[in-house]
Amino acid sequence: MALWIVLGIIVLLIVIGIAVIAGMYNTLVKLRNQVKNAWAQIDVQLKRRYDLIPNLVETVKGYRDFERETLEAVIKARNVAMQASSSGAGAAEQGKAEGELSGALARLMVVVERYPELKANQNFLALQEELTSTENKISFSRQYYNDSVMRYNNQTQVFPSNIIAGMFGFKAGEFFEVTVEEERQAPKVSFK
Amino acid sequence: MIWEQIRSNQMRTTLLVVLMGVLLVALGFFVGLIFFDNGIPGVIIAVIVWGIMNLIALTQGDSIVLAIAGARKIEKKDHPKLFNVVEEMTIASGLEKLPDIYIIDDPALNAFATGRDARHASVAITSGLLQRLNRDELQGVIAHEIGHIRNRDVQLMVMLSILLGSIVIISYYASRFLFFSGAGSRRKSSSGGGGGAQIIVLVIGLVLMILAPIAAQLIYFAVSRKREYLADASSALYTRYPEGLASALEKLGASNTKVQKANQATAPMYIINPLQKQSLSADTLTSTHPPITERIRVLRTMSGASYAEYDKAYRTAKGGAGVVPASGLAAATVSLRGASTENGPVEDLPGRIERTRETSDALWQMNDYRTIDCDCGTRLRVPPNYRSLTVRCPHCGRVHSAPR
Repeated sequence: MALWIVLGIIVLLIVIGIAVIAGMYNTLVKLRNQVKNAWAQIDVQLKRRYDLIPNLVETVKGYRDFERETLEAVIKARNVAMQASSSGAGAAEQGKAEGELSGALARLMVVVERYPELKANQNFLALQEELTSTENKISFSRQYYNDSVMRYNNQTQVFPSNIIAGMFGFKAGEFFEVTVEEERQAPKVSFK
Repeated sequence: MIWEQIRSNQMRTTLLVVLMGVLLVALGFFVGLIFFDNGIPGVIIAVIVWGIMNLIALTQGDSIVLAIAGARKIEKKDHPKLFNVVEEMTIASGLEKLPDIYIIDDPALNAFATGRDARHASVAITSGLLQRLNRDELQGVIAHEIGHIRNRDVQLMVMLSILLGSIVIISYYASRFLFFSGAGSRRKSSSGGGGGAQIIVLVIGLVLMILAPIAAQLIYFAVSRKREYLADASSALYTRYPEGLASALEKLGASNTKVQKANQATAPMYIINPLQKQSLSADTLTSTHPPITERIRVLRTMSGASYAEYDKAYRTAKGGAGVVPASGLAAATVSLRGASTENGPVEDLPGRIERTRETSDALWQMNDYRTIDCDCGTRLRVPPNYRSLTVRCPHCGRVHSAPR
């Protein structure tokens, strides 16, 4: 009788142990998927921005003596960013390129303020709204991505789930940082 | 952890829901004792009433609510900015599906979220509010509503209002029945108990009939108030800019137009109480919302955007225990961001004109009016039942072919 009870307790302990390990494993998988989804969301928004830029360039180009350099800087930054994105350069590298693009676009938007006709163009206004919103979506999806990465990384580092993470090869995720100055500061309008 | 949902540690809320359930069962039981000399049929009736209301609420609750509020669903083309802002906040909150977006044609300033769960949610905003808020403020308000969806408040409030509704219905009919038929006193069972027990049952039953609806309503309001603070905290976290919501609330508080189609039952859903004058700052038992001044003060004293920092600001402002459950607090500091460059905190006239135009465009389109942009710069609005084939511009006399 006593033997059976002891055996029963051992079996119960094993079952509980397996359940706990499975729970930790599943949490890790869930968090990792969340990171992946969050990254996909950033990607969608970045692609959207690549698509919007040619339209913007088309609309702006029609205006007499619109600053050439500003426009070219945007086009160049877009190409660099697209390259980084398609070559799979990783979050850090791409973050830098996207930061450059954001900076170039912000400068363009400041320049636009000097062209009243452009500001009255319905097409341009709609485009501007789309760009503003896309910029926001990029930064909000980045925000969500970084939060997800932090959560996932924490889970891979705290005891005891770090053991499970080590056993099944859950690697820490990479943050998506934008390091360009223009992104961090609001653009300053200079009156000449 | 920041993104840990606040649902896990909601002991008090759960307790209140259970309490309301117990109230409903107790009410049913005593009503049963009074009318049938047996509590069980009463409980069964209570459960059936509750079940029917559940069924209605789950299958078409949100469409009823939206219909009562007079809300119209919009597409992206109707109001691109509103649509974009909702999309932005959906992304920031990590919500899986974009909620349906509704506009209520009402000059009052208010907004609400509804739906049975996160996958079937809607946000609605009055045209008045849409006109008054700049982009940052709109973001704050929408983030607050998305916070309600994300924190599952919408579900909770639906659940509570069903319980409340059942209690009110049963008490109402039972008390009417009792007074008009005098059933309790005359129906003396020959087998059971003395007259004393009968009287006690009658008294308890009566007290329950009178007090249960009131108690249930107070519980409903208490939960609602707490949830408002939580949604404010979520809004700050999603936007990283509590000032946006704070200044939106300021505008909301300054206006005293009531929402025309709001009533007691739908009141807790709105971002501020649609029925009361807002400047009052008392946090009374019967208010569905915390006082606006308090909410603004908490938002403005935040030093960061995380739940922990909201909780800190809340405790400094109000004293006593915090409002965010422990599971939401573990996160480190989350930094705030500045105002968006597009429009600062100051009220700008051109911005306001543009917003008014945007909103009225949306309303025209929602009512199936077509627009023709005449070459002279005039915008013509053609009503949906316009029969003639051509439209003449009243300004320059050019003739356009009518759309469709």
